[in-house]
Amino acid sequence: MENLIALLVAAPLLGAAVLLCGGRRLDRSGHWIGTVLAAASFVVGAVLFTDMLGKGAEDRALHQKLFSWIPVEGFQADVAFQLDQLSMTFVLLITGVGTLIHIYSIGYMEHDERRRRFFGYLNLFLAAMLILVIADNYLLLYVGWEGVGLASYLLIGFWQHKPSAATAAKKAFLVNRVGDIGLSIAIMLMFTTFGTFAFGPVLEATGDTSEGKLTAIGLMLLLAACGKSAQVPLQSWLGDAMEGPTPVSALIHAATMVTAGVYLIVRSGAIFNAAPDAQLVVTIVGAVTLLFGAIVGCAKDDIKKALAGSTMSQIGYMILAAGLGPIGYVFAIMHLVTHGFFKAGLFLGAGSVMHGMNDEVDMRRYGGLRKYMPVTFVTFGLGYLAIIGFPGLSGFFSKDKIIEAAFAKGGTEGWILGSVALLGAAITAFYMTRVMLMTFFGEERWRHAATPSPDEPDVEPAADTRGAAAAGHAAAATREPHPHESPKSMTIPMIVLAFGSVFAGGLFSVGDRFLHWLEPVTGHDHGHAPVSATTVTAATMVVLVIGVAVAWAMYGRKPVPAVAPRGSLLTRAARRDLLQDDFNHVVLVRGGEHLTRSLVYVDHTLVDGVVNGTAASMGGLSGRLRKLQNGYARSYAVSMFGGTAVLIAATLLMRAV
Amino acid sequence: MNPVNYLYLAALLFTIGASGVLIRRNAIVVFMCIELMLNACNLALVSFSRMHGNLDGQILAFFTMVVAAAEVVVGLAIIVSLFRSRHSASVDDASLMKL
Repeated sequence: MENLIALLVAAPLLGAAVLLCGGRRLDRSGHWIGTVLAAASFVVGAVLFTDMLGKGAEDRALHQKLFSWIPVEGFQADVAFQLDQLSMTFVLLITGVGTLIHIYSIGYMEHDERRRRFFGYLNLFLAAMLILVIADNYLLLYVGWEGVGLASYLLIGFWQHKPSAATAAKKAFLVNRVGDIGLSIAIMLMFTTFGTFAFGPVLEATGDTSEGKLTAIGLMLLLAACGKSAQVPLQSWLGDAMEGPTPVSALIHAATMVTAGVYLIVRSGAIFNAAPDAQLVVTIVGAVTLLFGAIVGCAKDDIKKALAGSTMSQIGYMILAAGLGPIGYVFAIMHLVTHGFFKAGLFLGAGSVMHGMNDEVDMRRYGGLRKYMPVTFVTFGLGYLAIIGFPGLSGFFSKDKIIEAAFAKGGTEGWILGSVALLGAAITAFYMTRVMLMTFFGEERWRHAATPSPDEPDVEPAADTRGAAAAGHAAAATREPHPHESPKSMTIPMIVLAFGSVFAGGLFSVGDRFLHWLEPVTGHDHGHAPVSATTVTAATMVVLVIGVAVAWAMYGRKPVPAVAPRGSLLTRAARRDLLQDDFNHVVLVRGGEHLTRSLVYVDHTLVDGVVNGTAASMGGLSGRLRKLQNGYARSYAVSMFGGTAVLIAATLLMRAV
Repeated sequence: MNPVNYLYLAALLFTIGASGVLIRRNAIVVFMCIELMLNACNLALVSFSRMHGNLDGQILAFFTMVVAAAEVVVGLAIIVSLFRSRHSASVDDASLMKL
């Protein structure tokens, strides 16, 4: 069985190599090769999974060493894979959702002449992501980590002829780089502290290491997680990453890659358990991001950006749960899996809507689409119910558990984190209902898109998306969209994911199956909840109803203006992503410019001043000394006599004293 | 006669020679002033020999004479060739070794 593990990675890696090197002759068959190899990887994963289920809980972990990568005295790096329950969960999620999205892309990218290359990149992503989750040491994990970053860059900038896409790709790459520095420093710290970076020895040795070192490693790992998982303060790239094709947003920027940070923290759980300060920072980052993303999601009119805000917020939940320690690890991963289903489904639904609406992304130009796209409506609707935590669906089980775990943290901390998580649930219900109502209900605003209602005098092209929307608007005026249902290759993956969104949570939670499955790897602790589980569930239901009701009152009961109203200060800030880019511009870009300018000034005045000053004073001194060399023998004789006289005088003086 | 008086004389002669070297421009005169300084030294050495009652100073004076004879040969040759090339015996004219 061990030998199958390498096959997991080999299949998509082969696909990427063949598709990217194969050239034009594969244009016709390329998408099939990519899809079949992704599916092959999934089948291998499923075989390994069934095999794993047949064993006892303690000896499920498989290990395969491929070869010695860097064999140096005292520094042993192996290419070795480790497949335990945690990795298995990720393998199934990545290959499963990945295969579905490959199938979806066949339809979605049908008219793109570079489809073969797109599938090559998707396969490359799958291979890198699988390396990330089945690596048995941090160095190999780093390889996968960089690999998914590369694939993400290539796919965000897939439509590189659009300047916005090219810029977004660069932005994502650069922001991720900041996080990657954290991971590389963490690995270096591990090596100096433990002398190795294999998971087993590092995580076992945490008991007898000083807390300060572990806190440093933990914070560096958190920085890495922030970059990859778009957590505050490295969150700014995710919204722009929506410039990529929608299947990419679904696979990489919702279901899998952005959750790598959560994997990293849960995998390094032993380090965080021994470093409570680092854990506290993790929970704070998670809590801040879950509100940040939710608020941004409320204000966006671009359907993909609204969903991106939501992704950020949901990953905030996972990071929060991961920061709670053994109380939360299992639930972080459970939410990650259910989120993988419903958020991928929602993105595919959004892609399907865009596909039928001439690539319009502004929800103010949607409306009443449920009649025209029944399958998309139903699958998107199920994903919507799952994400807001409607009782019985996936999101209900996983999110409820996280909120409970947050309260169970205990003390003031527990109360604050729990309340933030509850508030986040209310805002989630609000913004998702808003997306739902604006897209599928209400009047059909795309029909008279060319004539914005005259009774909206104080409208302004406020947000950054507005310019693009206005351009799209002009195009829409010339050719009115004819909404239609998407082809089968697109709807079938959506249906499968909708099934996942509905049943996954229940399947995991009944009899605590998921808990027992992951417990041998992550450990579990029930904590001491100050409030009963029933109370938490009831509170969640109440905030859910409030969120939905407010959204209905604002967007369901009265018509949605086709052009965004000016909005309150908070709305306008949220449209600009709560000023994240302005903050980065003012603090980092301007700050960096000022810093470099002052450094240049110091360089020119101080450093150059010392060098040039030394040269100038030497020159001046030499110029003066040169005058002594006047060529007259007499003057040389004077200096000789003078020198002799001084010597004699000194000798006599010394003798006298 | 007190031998110290010879030392005074030697100092006087040396000073005259040194002043001549510094003040005069004619190479021949400068050369003669150098000889004067050498002979002042010889006088002082001989006087010391007399004062201390041994021959060290006199031996040293012979050495000085030998060196002075060699110096005359080289020095006069330089002056002659200088005069040939420049048609002047002024030491200030030979001031090319400067920047």
